[in-house]
Amino acid sequence: MADFIQHLINGLAAGTIYALVALGYTMVYGVLKLINFAHGDVMMVGVYIAYATAKQLGRGAQSSLLGVMLIFLVAMGGCALIGFLIERFAYRPLREKPRLTALITAIGISFALSYGFQLDIGFLPGAAPRAFPEIIRPTEWLVIGDRDVVLWNWQVISVLIAVGLMVSLQYLVFKTRFGRAMRAVSYDHRTAALMGIPVDRIIALTFMLGSALAAGAGILYAIKDTAVQPLMGLYVGLKAFVAAVIGGIGHVPGAVVGGLLLGLVEEFVVGYTASTWRDAVAFGFLIIVLLVRPEGLFGRITAEKV
Amino acid sequence: MSGPAVLGERTPRDPLLEVKDLQVAYGAITALRGISLSLGQGEVVALIGANGAGKTSTLRAISGMLRPKAGKITLRGQDITGKKAHTLLPLGMAHAPEGRGIFLNLSVEENLQLGAYLRKDTDGIQSDLEQSFGFFPVLKDRLQQLAGTLSGGEQQMLAISRALMSRPSLLLLDEPSLGLAPQIIEKIFGILRDINQKGVSILLVEQNAHLALNLAHYGYVLETGEIAMTGPGKTLLASEEVKKAYLGE
Ligand SMILES: Nc1ncnc2c1ncn2[C@@H]1O[C@H](COP(=O)(O)OP(=O)(O)OP(=O)(O)O)[C@@H](O)[C@H]1O
Ligand SMILES: [Mg+2]
Repeated sequence: MADFIQHLINGLAAGTIYALVALGYTMVYGVLKLINFAHGDVMMVGVYIAYATAKQLGRGAQSSLLGVMLIFLVAMGGCALIGFLIERFAYRPLREKPRLTALITAIGISFALSYGFQLDIGFLPGAAPRAFPEIIRPTEWLVIGDRDVVLWNWQVISVLIAVGLMVSLQYLVFKTRFGRAMRAVSYDHRTAALMGIPVDRIIALTFMLGSALAAGAGILYAIKDTAVQPLMGLYVGLKAFVAAVIGGIGHVPGAVVGGLLLGLVEEFVVGYTASTWRDAVAFGFLIIVLLVRPEGLFGRITAEKV
Repeated sequence: MSGPAVLGERTPRDPLLEVKDLQVAYGAITALRGISLSLGQGEVVALIGANGAGKTSTLRAISGMLRPKAGKITLRGQDITGKKAHTLLPLGMAHAPEGRGIFLNLSVEENLQLGAYLRKDTDGIQSDLEQSFGFFPVLKDRLQQLAGTLSGGEQQMLAISRALMSRPSLLLLDEPSLGLAPQIIEKIFGILRDINQKGVSILLVEQNAHLALNLAHYGYVLETGEIAMTGPGKTLLASEEVKKAYLGE
């Protein structure tokens, strides 16, 4: 029983991070019908921005409440800017071109970021993994029995931050004028323009929002994993992409559920077997979901619009 | 090119919309070969023609959904050729596109709110909503429902209401009768007449020539990308060519 609860805690903590990254995939897919394969790498860049900001703040300040908030803000803002630039200069010119063109561009940006960051020139960090600063000093918040179940402070904080971001996003998408415009653009951007909606601006803002969420998620991931390295985006990005597809790509609550499920399934299978199974489980789970529901858990099959 | 056959006289009005030598092509396919038409303040102008004649392309070029290959479009004398669609709504032009363009993933209410996307006058928006409910009471009962659950007729009512939510002076309508039962068509056309009497000018695209020409002050007959004939609605309705080609008489 204690095992079970411990796995539940770990699974939820991991799952909320997947969910946050998955939200970025799903939002961008929603407005552009593009799998933004660079999304995970934008997250990685966000983690490096957080890393640099923490170093600048120094040991004391980086783990103060204000310091942590500043680290999140700078990383999320920086990633929003990067998302804006990628959309504006890489994807927008290809908007009316065949989808495959944009997809290959996305893969290109992904590689450019993940391999570019392995260079050791100028501000680029080089390939070696680095220890992510302890911006949240790990302490045990709750210990049950003889350390049968341990709940760490960072797990709670991470879940709270992730849930806070998700709830805000949910509100934004479903209750505000901007969200309405975003959903309209996602359904049919030509008709959305007829409503006076500035489609380009909505798409750019969506990119920025997704990228900012990725930065937030990346920091949480780095706190959990305690390491930073340039290829982390490929790995986490792929997992989050799986989560988005499981939930039904383009479906905002679906991404959250997909992320949580993936986190839980991975944790439980790994917990009761061996950690070498982790990735096999993730993709096996994806295959099973897609066999049963090709549109994902919440997705709807829609006929391609003409 | 000999130009269109002109039947009858047109009552002069202040010009609202003017289209000159408009050409539209989709890649190698030419849809419009240089058409000219005009619409006066307060007028209903019908554009009729067979499938593929270029009616929808005309509306799309006017509302900025596509960029014309050549020609000039002016609204109240202002050149709007090639302007982006979302910049034209503030100039008082709303377009209910072919296929209705309802956001089926949004509620009826959200669809209507999007029609008023650029407006901030809450009171005005509310009174326009009430006007739509007056025209189409069924929409009021369906407000919270997903638009995808509406019937075809209800969706068309929503499309027209949504377009009116921007309080346009010019309404572009693409085949509002398509796929609807006769009573519903009659109701919708009755309301179009009301809307027009309230001062909204309408450019109406229809395959149903009888309906459209009955309502319209003036009409244009489009044939494979060219205007074949123009004249007052009733005059066109009475002409032998139109009767033979479009009214099945
Ligand atoms: N997106 C497109 N790509 C290529 N050709 C197109 C496209 N849209 C329209 N066309 C072509 O342009 C011509 C005019 O089409 P348009 O849709 O304007 O006709 P229409 O009069 O509205 O017809 P309908 O009554 O069937 O709606 C047709 O030959 C059509 O095949
Ligand atoms: Mg058409």
